[in-house]
Amino acid sequence: MHNNFVRKIIFDEKLRALVIQTLTIGIFAVIIYLLVKQTAYNLDKRGISSGFDFLGMSAGYDISIRLIPFTSDDTHLRAYFVGLLNTLLIAICGCFLATIIGFLVGIIRLSSNWLFRNIAYVYVEFTRNVPVLLQIILYYSILLHLPKIKQAIVLLDTFYLTNRGLFSPSPIFKEGFSIVIGSFIAALIASFFIKKYLQKKQEQTGKQYPIFLINSALIIFTPIIFYYIMGMPLEFDSPILKGFNFKGGMVVRPEFLGMLFGLSIYTAAFISETVRSGIISVSKGQREASKALGLKNNLMMRLIIIPQALRVIIPPLTSQYLNLTKNSSLGIAIGYADLVHGFGGISLNQTGRAIEIMLIVMFTYLTISLIISFFMNVYNKAVQFKGNA
Amino acid sequence: MSNTTFQTIQHSKQYNWLVKNLFSSWVNTLMTIIAAIFLYQVGTAFLDWAFFSADFKTNFQGDLITDRNLCSKNIAPGEYGACWAIIYARFDQFMYGLYPVEESWRVNLTYALLPFAIVGLLFDKLPFRKYFIYFTFIFPFIAYFMLYGGPGLSVVGTNKWGGLLVTLFLGVTGIGLAFPLSIALALGRRSQMPIIRSICVVFIEFIRGVPLITLLFTANVMLPLFLPDGVNPDNLLRALVAVTLFQSAYMAEAIRGGLQAIPRGQVEAAQSLGLSYWQTTRKIVLPQALKIAIPPIVNTCIGLFKDTSLVLIIGLFDLLGVGKAALADMSWTKLYYEVYVFIALVFFIFCFGMSRYSLYLEKKLKTDNS
Repeated sequence: MHNNFVRKIIFDEKLRALVIQTLTIGIFAVIIYLLVKQTAYNLDKRGISSGFDFLGMSAGYDISIRLIPFTSDDTHLRAYFVGLLNTLLIAICGCFLATIIGFLVGIIRLSSNWLFRNIAYVYVEFTRNVPVLLQIILYYSILLHLPKIKQAIVLLDTFYLTNRGLFSPSPIFKEGFSIVIGSFIAALIASFFIKKYLQKKQEQTGKQYPIFLINSALIIFTPIIFYYIMGMPLEFDSPILKGFNFKGGMVVRPEFLGMLFGLSIYTAAFISETVRSGIISVSKGQREASKALGLKNNLMMRLIIIPQALRVIIPPLTSQYLNLTKNSSLGIAIGYADLVHGFGGISLNQTGRAIEIMLIVMFTYLTISLIISFFMNVYNKAVQFKGNA
Repeated sequence: MSNTTFQTIQHSKQYNWLVKNLFSSWVNTLMTIIAAIFLYQVGTAFLDWAFFSADFKTNFQGDLITDRNLCSKNIAPGEYGACWAIIYARFDQFMYGLYPVEESWRVNLTYALLPFAIVGLLFDKLPFRKYFIYFTFIFPFIAYFMLYGGPGLSVVGTNKWGGLLVTLFLGVTGIGLAFPLSIALALGRRSQMPIIRSICVVFIEFIRGVPLITLLFTANVMLPLFLPDGVNPDNLLRALVAVTLFQSAYMAEAIRGGLQAIPRGQVEAAQSLGLSYWQTTRKIVLPQALKIAIPPIVNTCIGLFKDTSLVLIIGLFDLLGVGKAALADMSWTKLYYEVYVFIALVFFIFCFGMSRYSLYLEKKLKTDNS
């Protein structure tokens, strides 16, 4: 009865922890062993081969939306990159648009005008309580039922909105355009140093300089001047209706637009809520103090409220970006050729390598999530309290 | 001589409100006018489309609408609005999927019992709450028997389930199954034992890092590969596995937030009273932590409820799937506004209700603690 070991396992905390964890590992190992064995058996029985060699085989299907050239002779690996680029494209564009709409709506939600704030409220409640997939499909349906090419809706005499997408002029870069871009980048860098310099001067002398105005002028006019110096090295190739289709120009396909609207309108509702609560979180004393110092409304917003609100806004904003990126996988529902649709869908069906492909897709999303988290954390550190934290 | 008296001008409450909220400055007044015009335009257009110029069961000639060609807007283009007849025609599918019509009372009964199973969990001051909670625990068995069948009731395979039934089934069952799992994960993530902790961390972060659709694909394609012969879960069950795992990771994070909010003194006090780990957890930590965590838990539930619509991609017929199927029918095609607005409304009612409940709880928590 006096079994010392059993007593020890029950009452000695360290030993107990050790036993529990060893047991957990044991059970885990057995489960994984059984799973692997069963899977190998099942794969063998169904005659499915495994391995990653399929990546080098020709894909045999076409992808209509692509940022890099792709034909059906190209490999599955290339299909993966086409899909990855499309996923990144929609994620970046979506985050960009969602942030703009979200900040606008968030600020309108705090407007002193009752009608404005409630219109924004209704928008937020209606979009965030309806599945994003439903919204994507709805916007896509609307885009698909736009007029046919012959009766295209013409915007500003240059854009043609049709049921096959938005046709717009495509830029043709001629010799010397790289210099215009170079001048733009140079102006950006210069403006950064000018800002530093003028801020330092302001701290020393107390005199205020119109930093924003100077830099805006610099960034806008430098490329324009160089554009004319280089002899206007940019032309546009406008789409022209020929027969049943447009010739020339470029087309933004309805699949992309549907995804873009769905993702950004949905996510913007959430972003607006984080923006609103961020601005509310700045204490009233800060407003009163800045008013007492005689700051005008826009200066108060820019110098006092927004920097402090950002500290609260950034962490939830990060998770909204992550959500948007993950939701971009819904492109499969409307045929947007993202990672899940092309590589995770068609390649999977053609090769039958379900395990390998799903692993690759999942780890890709994990990697993207980690990268976004990393950069947002860096930015978050930059806006947090310095020194006294 | 005139007798002048000075009096302060007292405006009515409503007047003050109007001035403050709508006409406080000329910018504000301008905004009010713009917003009013916008609201009038959009509002009248929508109401006209959805109600005043819309067809419900019959068209303007008084005929029963049986396909889209009989919709008023297709007979006289440009003059009429929505054609809700498609919702009437497909109503059974929206509610039950392909569930046999003569058996649909079973689904109705389950729908009717569902509020009674949930209400006990939602309101802690409900009279006879204890009995409602008992019912909550019996309800899954009743629901299984009623929906799937068994002795005395014919079996209806899950491949016949669809519409709101699938949406609610995945939502409610997924949340119900994920709840205990998420508590285990949240506790495991805060455990002192490194191996248990790292297993939980890896699981939670992995699930949260990948899109639900990849989990659904994995469950759909790979679950049969993992399991022995003869064990072949149907599509709905596979989706349920994915949804449950997904929800448990998100819920675990919500619960972890609650656990972190419990002051360390609570645990130490319990330990000094001689309570064991499990006693401390069950009687001291969890009741307090879960109470704090309910609002974020409800928020994850809203997210899950919306995300159940993703199962349409793996070929299940939830509300959205039924809607798409209705639109694919040649005799009803192109009525996508009507179908999607209807489905959006159903989702909105459920999700908005849940978010109101979460707000109510947050307010209650604030007053409880102060």
